[in-house]
Amino acid sequence: MTGVERIQAVFARSRAEHRAAFMPYHAMGYPDRLQTLEILQVLGNAGADLFEIGIPHSDPLADGPTIQTATYEALMRGTTVVDCLAMVRELRTAGMTQPFCAMTYYNPLFAYGVQRFVDDAVAAGIDGLIVPDLPPEEAEELEAACRVAGLATVYLLAPTSTLERIQFVASHCTGFIYLVSVTGITGARAELPPDLAEFVARVRRYTQLPLAVGFGIATGEQASAVARIADGVIVGSALVKAAVSEEGLARVAELGAELAAGARGQ
Amino acid sequence: MKNEPMAGQVSPPLPYSAWPDESGHFGPYGGKFVPESLMPALDELEEVYLKSRHDPEFQAELDHLLRTFVGRPTPVTYARRLTDYLGGPRIYIKREDLAHTGAHKINNALGQALLMKRKMRKSRIVAETGAGQHGVATATAAAMLGIECVVYMGTVDMARQEPNVYRMRLLGTEVRGVTSGSKTLKDAINDAIRDWVTHVRHTHYLLGSALGPHPYPTIVRDFQSVIGREALRQMCDPEGGPGRLPDAIVACVGGGSNAIGIFHPFLEYANVRLIGVEAGGRGIEGGEHAARFADPRLGRLGVLQGTKSYVMQDADGQIALTHSISAGLDYASVGPEHAWLRDQGRTEYTYATDDEALEGVKLLSRLEGIIPALESAHAVAHLVRLAPQMSKDEVILINLSGRGDKDLGTIMKELGNL
Repeated sequence: MTGVERIQAVFARSRAEHRAAFMPYHAMGYPDRLQTLEILQVLGNAGADLFEIGIPHSDPLADGPTIQTATYEALMRGTTVVDCLAMVRELRTAGMTQPFCAMTYYNPLFAYGVQRFVDDAVAAGIDGLIVPDLPPEEAEELEAACRVAGLATVYLLAPTSTLERIQFVASHCTGFIYLVSVTGITGARAELPPDLAEFVARVRRYTQLPLAVGFGIATGEQASAVARIADGVIVGSALVKAAVSEEGLARVAELGAELAAGARGQ
Repeated sequence: MKNEPMAGQVSPPLPYSAWPDESGHFGPYGGKFVPESLMPALDELEEVYLKSRHDPEFQAELDHLLRTFVGRPTPVTYARRLTDYLGGPRIYIKREDLAHTGAHKINNALGQALLMKRKMRKSRIVAETGAGQHGVATATAAAMLGIECVVYMGTVDMARQEPNVYRMRLLGTEVRGVTSGSKTLKDAINDAIRDWVTHVRHTHYLLGSALGPHPYPTIVRDFQSVIGREALRQMCDPEGGPGRLPDAIVACVGGGSNAIGIFHPFLEYANVRLIGVEAGGRGIEGGEHAARFADPRLGRLGVLQGTKSYVMQDADGQIALTHSISAGLDYASVGPEHAWLRDQGRTEYTYATDDEALEGVKLLSRLEGIIPALESAHAVAHLVRLAPQMSKDEVILINLSGRGDKDLGTIMKELGNL
């Protein structure tokens, strides 16, 4: 099976079960290597359907303070692209079967070498790529390599995206489309934006692909509200915060379970 | 030259001055590497800008403000004593230090602020600043046009450039300290972009150099090209100038806005050498510099803050920390048009170290009565090396992008008692 097919299978299953997929994010290498592996395993046990794994970059301009701090500290500990791929390999060896989407900025990937990165990512067990500062206009080389390797190219759509852009971006996505709930940066927010349902419906008119919503989702209640309108619920900052809270892994397990239940519509 | 992927390409189908192409690329450089939320805003900016470029009413208002508010045209000064001292070609100085707020930055700040005010449905400006010159210029334009303005500045730079922080606040701008990363210009840009992403519906990002996603490199270049257009006229005028084209033009290059501004109108004059001077910091060897073109170990093709160009980075694609005595040159990337013009062999780049720049400050101050900004002093430093290689009947033009008042603190610390 290719990465794209494994991602499709996840959404086919969650659709069949009349629920949304729970898609947690974690910043690789934070707070350290060992805890990264534990956190992802705990989230897997809590019901994660697909993981977004953040490969740290020095200049994460789409990220809010929580993920900025997490990725900065991961870098300060010396986390490299190679380390991140090695962690994925280790999780695969340990029996983790959920798809992994690598989330990073373009420069680390470009410096690694686009073709080499795609080859090594597939070999490590990565199924898709999300690169927030790389719109389809600039992604010709990456898309070509991903197409051959069966790696999903997931682009983002925002509430500001025009109808032309929705169609254009959707036509370049494989696996699913990442809908940014608000114009803004990553980070937990108290309220979901009021026009979210309308935004999701607008995109839905132009694509058959599963739609996952991220940015700002922090609670089971919010996850449940998103699950009613979208196919996937992405949570990052809230879980990263939980991971370094006093209760640590226990809090990750607890919040993970709450969010997974939310994605089930509970 | 091995690290240049496009070196040796066939010559471009367009004249130099007609670039970028429709997708915002200068050959392999430039482009739009931004989060999706911003793509519609960039499209809108491009559309509005292209219309305004040919709108006589807009251009007339901008010209009027440049004349009556900025003090343009800035003069070209013959540097008689410096010419005699170096014993080579006649040296002329384009005096951007005499523009309002003390540097060329106001040309672009005013242009973009007026564009927003007249042509866009936006009411708020965000900007980044390193040394504070672009921040002060933006705050000035915003005050004059009555626009709400927020400037992001690294807390390290705020401490280094305290008077400029106060200036901006005095002008009614809100200065927000940035504590992430290295707490300098690069991080201020990240935070300005984050603010822009969040408030993009009513906020314009007033980027200060010929950098960032398309169409910024083009917009900034065009607003700064007033420098080169004036200089071309002034040099060819036998009354105030030498009455001929210069043989070489020298300008410092951080992001590269003052350099591209003076170079651009001269691009099609093939006999005019165009020389950019990067910040050599404490020397190339130790990596403590901002000479993107001079150090193939650190300066490689990459993407930073919306554009593809030469970027100082480590092997893993993480952006390297740069160093320069001048905050305005202390940046990890360089404008994409510079990278492309260099590949074409049309422009050339060298560097001057911190120490050489300080010597340049002393020299120009004592011989010409002009205290240059530390940025501009890098161009002066190169002049000292270049002039002896040229003959007496040749002419050099140097772009003095800013005055040195803002740097007195640094200069006093470095030079001590005189």
